[in-house]
Amino acid sequence: MKKIMTPFKEKDALSLKAGDQVLLSGIIYTGRDAAHKRLLQLIKENKPLPFDVKDQIIYYVGPTPTKPGHVFGSGGPTTSGRMDAYAPELLKLGLRGMIGKGYRNEDVKAAIVNNHGVYFGAIGGAGAYISHCIKECEVIAFDDLGTEAIRRLYVEDLPVTVLIDCQGNDLYELGRIQYLKEHNYGN
Amino acid sequence: MREIKYEEIVNAIKDICISANNVLPNDISEVIAEAYQNEDFKLAKETLEILIENAKIAQKEKSPICQDTGMACVFVEIGQDVHVVGDLNDAINEGVRQGYVSEYLRKSVVNDPMFDRVNTKDNTPAIIHYEIVSGDKLKITLAPKGFGSENMCQVKMLKPSDGEEGVKDFVLKVVNDAGANACPPMVIGVGIGGSFDYVTYLSKKAMLRDAKSHHPDKRYALLEDELLEKINQTGIGPAGYGGKTTALSLNIETYPTHIAGMPVAVSICCHVARHKEVIL
Repeated sequence: MKKIMTPFKEKDALSLKAGDQVLLSGIIYTGRDAAHKRLLQLIKENKPLPFDVKDQIIYYVGPTPTKPGHVFGSGGPTTSGRMDAYAPELLKLGLRGMIGKGYRNEDVKAAIVNNHGVYFGAIGGAGAYISHCIKECEVIAFDDLGTEAIRRLYVEDLPVTVLIDCQGNDLYELGRIQYLKEHNYGN
Repeated sequence: MREIKYEEIVNAIKDICISANNVLPNDISEVIAEAYQNEDFKLAKETLEILIENAKIAQKEKSPICQDTGMACVFVEIGQDVHVVGDLNDAINEGVRQGYVSEYLRKSVVNDPMFDRVNTKDNTPAIIHYEIVSGDKLKITLAPKGFGSENMCQVKMLKPSDGEEGVKDFVLKVVNDAGANACPPMVIGVGIGGSFDYVTYLSKKAMLRDAKSHHPDKRYALLEDELLEKINQTGIGPAGYGGKTTALSLNIETYPTHIAGMPVAVSICCHVARHKEVIL
């Protein structure tokens, strides 16, 4: 299994292939629907973003509230497709990685290829398991959004799988084809 | 008339909100364990192993299995000899409020679907379905429903001439459309018959039925098995990374319908198919 440290550099992104399993460590940021809407509004108004997205990774997650004595609540990925409208703009600004689950549209795929980004998958529904990899958490923007606020996380060995690599290979297509080939279900 | 007090209902709902979100039902744990044994695709087997481990952690630490602790869908069967002292709707919503607020469950409900979209901050209101039955008991089933999978549900008004093949094609289409977005392996409920509104209710009931149960009519029971087998040949697999285990179970519920129609609805739930019932 490959280990990647953030900031997530272009050369590291280029070294990954769809289907690679990766352990991520370092700082990553959370953001989902409402936070993305605000980030894009700030970009449109030429205002500074709450963090520099260059070589960073955004994790699409809205955690459960943190219990006393814990760092983070349950926090598995949310469906990434809802961020498709916003992701290409952020990739253009240098965002290097996204973590989520589910399919992306062609615009996002093209932006990943053109800007050398990577779309990672975390396992949907494994919220309690993933939470164990999150060692520090701080809300850095949009506190009023509650679960949708932007958080800076420090993660250790967060297990993710490369879903779309810099060449545009998509594990959701390749994994299925490989399984069907091995089991002779293909038509 | 047997009386059931407001507080009893509040406390019961509060308790099942918490246990439903933190502990997987036995039937779902069993089908996941069986799927793990039967899965031979490497990435799929590893994914199922993580799901099993995740459920163990959640139960041990009393934390939610999934961060999307859902919208509280409540199915109530009221015995006709029961008298509720106080307002039943209020009692259910108060139970949801107390459960979600006290146990650090995520509040995911907004007050208005299109314009305001402001979080109600206590996960109310619940979606409540009532059914009057005989007897003097009150049976409440709570199903916290995440929207990753809920967004993937579909309904279609088929023609009677579409027949069994039409139903099969539609179910497979819905599963393929849902794919990785629905957090497979999925738990699937299919409603057939009734009307446009009723068939979706049937599909939810089917989704909540024991994962290992079958429709009492053998023809539909066979269709349940056949559809599950076909779905598990699509190759979507756990998390959509490829594999056998695309769905854990498929149940069908049926109801008589009009001479001119054959409504079909497909409710899809992720592998965190939470449901918990209490009888008062």
